[in-house]
Amino acid sequence: MLLASLVEPAFGLIFWMTLSFGVAFFLLAKFAWKPILNALHERERSIEDAIGEARKAREEVAAMKAGNEELLQQARNERDQLLKEAREIRDREIAGAKDRAKAEADAILARAREDIRNEKNAAITEMKNLVGELSIEVAERILREKLSDKAAQEALLEKVLKESDLRRS
Amino acid sequence: MFALNVNGYICGRKAAGIRPAKPLKTLLRLAFLSLVLLLAGTLPAHGHGPEAPAAHGDAEAAEFNAGQLIMGHVVDDHSWHIAGDFAIPLPVIIYDTQRGLQMFSSGRFEHGHAAYNGYMLHDGKIVAVDAAGNVDEAASANIWDISITKNTLAIFMVVALMLVVFISVAGSYKARTGMAPKGLQSLLEPIILFVRDDVAKSSIGPEYARFMPFLLTQFFLILFANLLGLVPVFPGGANVTGSIAVTFTLALFTFVVVTFNGNKHYWHHILAMPGVPAWVLIILTPVEILGMFLKPFVLMIRLFANITGGHIIVMSFFSLIFVFGVSSPVAGYGVSIVSVAFTIFMNLLEMLVAFIQAYVFTFLTALYLGAAVEQSHEHKESLV
Repeated sequence: MLLASLVEPAFGLIFWMTLSFGVAFFLLAKFAWKPILNALHERERSIEDAIGEARKAREEVAAMKAGNEELLQQARNERDQLLKEAREIRDREIAGAKDRAKAEADAILARAREDIRNEKNAAITEMKNLVGELSIEVAERILREKLSDKAAQEALLEKVLKESDLRRS
Repeated sequence: MFALNVNGYICGRKAAGIRPAKPLKTLLRLAFLSLVLLLAGTLPAHGHGPEAPAAHGDAEAAEFNAGQLIMGHVVDDHSWHIAGDFAIPLPVIIYDTQRGLQMFSSGRFEHGHAAYNGYMLHDGKIVAVDAAGNVDEAASANIWDISITKNTLAIFMVVALMLVVFISVAGSYKARTGMAPKGLQSLLEPIILFVRDDVAKSSIGPEYARFMPFLLTQFFLILFANLLGLVPVFPGGANVTGSIAVTFTLALFTFVVVTFNGNKHYWHHILAMPGVPAWVLIILTPVEILGMFLKPFVLMIRLFANITGGHIIVMSFFSLIFVFGVSSPVAGYGVSIVSVAFTIFMNLLEMLVAFIQAYVFTFLTALYLGAAVEQSHEHKESLV
């Protein structure tokens, strides 16, 4: 009796349950499930996007860092290159200057030698001339005085020599 | 009554694989159902006719009938008993194919004592009576009873509660776009996500989104009705999901949705399982067609038996107090300590069951839907 009403589906309850479930389904689907599921989906997507963006930013920073490193290395290399070149130029300049100075010094020396030689030659020539003249002069005086006395002769020679010496000095 | 309980036990066991609390609960159920059986055997046989309703008079107080009390609680009613002698009379709506639509308060029946307008309550059912008060079987067959009964009203309240709760939650989702959930929203979000990720997505596959509104409605309707049924005072306490008509309707929806969403692959599997010799198909195809109906049928029985079983156990514990109280008040008070403790324990267990049953029902529906919309040729174990 009561048991029968427990296991026997009542028509009225099925009717109202169908209606209630239908109404609940349509109202909830439209006004609750759709906005809730959309909001959940939207939030999940935005979180995913944020994570993706953060990862991208991190990668960009890392790439930028690597770029900077490379740039720095490049600058360093360039500096080294410049320094090397400068050193080379300096060395070359110094070497060039040295060569030029040496050449000039050599030239000056050569000129000086030439001058000395010329002067020497001139002096020798002059000396030769002077000796010749002196000789002629001495010979003249001797010839002019009488060469009688030997002592007088020598004194004369002495005197001539002295004179010539005085004159010359 | 006991045939039913055994039935409930068997159906409960079918779900044992998915229910962690099952062995303990089964043991408890068995133990106390046998106790109820024992008690019912010792109690004097009592007429259940309308002339002998629930005991109220002093003379009847000594004849406390636990079986009647429990059954009176778990079955549907045309009035909602609140406390003591006070009950809310609910509207009776009947469509009589001879006399047309009739509407009046169930209070007119005076709890089955009086006839009104040629109708009378007989064992909770509205029957037609003649002038002398005798049941007219032929005229009774013409009655379509669509009264707002206790369970109907409870369903309305569950639906109203769901609408209020979820539309307000949807509002807070709109108001707090992209922000963390707050309040009621954060209480329900994990459950919604659970239904989406662990029930729908894992069972149905890529097409899950299409069925989400149906699965969520089903899950929360069962859950709310289960939980509301555990509340001992009005507006709770109605045995909604322990009513076969309700679980029948829920299972019918599952059947309709699964059947109408079945693709070519699904029907091919039912009508002619690929890779099976023709002579085996003669046996297999009827089995598969039977399975189509058996699956929702089992859903119906499982939910009904589990929830009704829970209500019966809780009521049995309470009845124990009065069963012992009849023989001696001291025994009644003594038993009440144990009874209340066990009732609280059972209520906590039933709260777990409320969730588990809502989950199992929705999960199996999702699984059947998954089989119906499956595209690949992988074979999934069908759970009955």
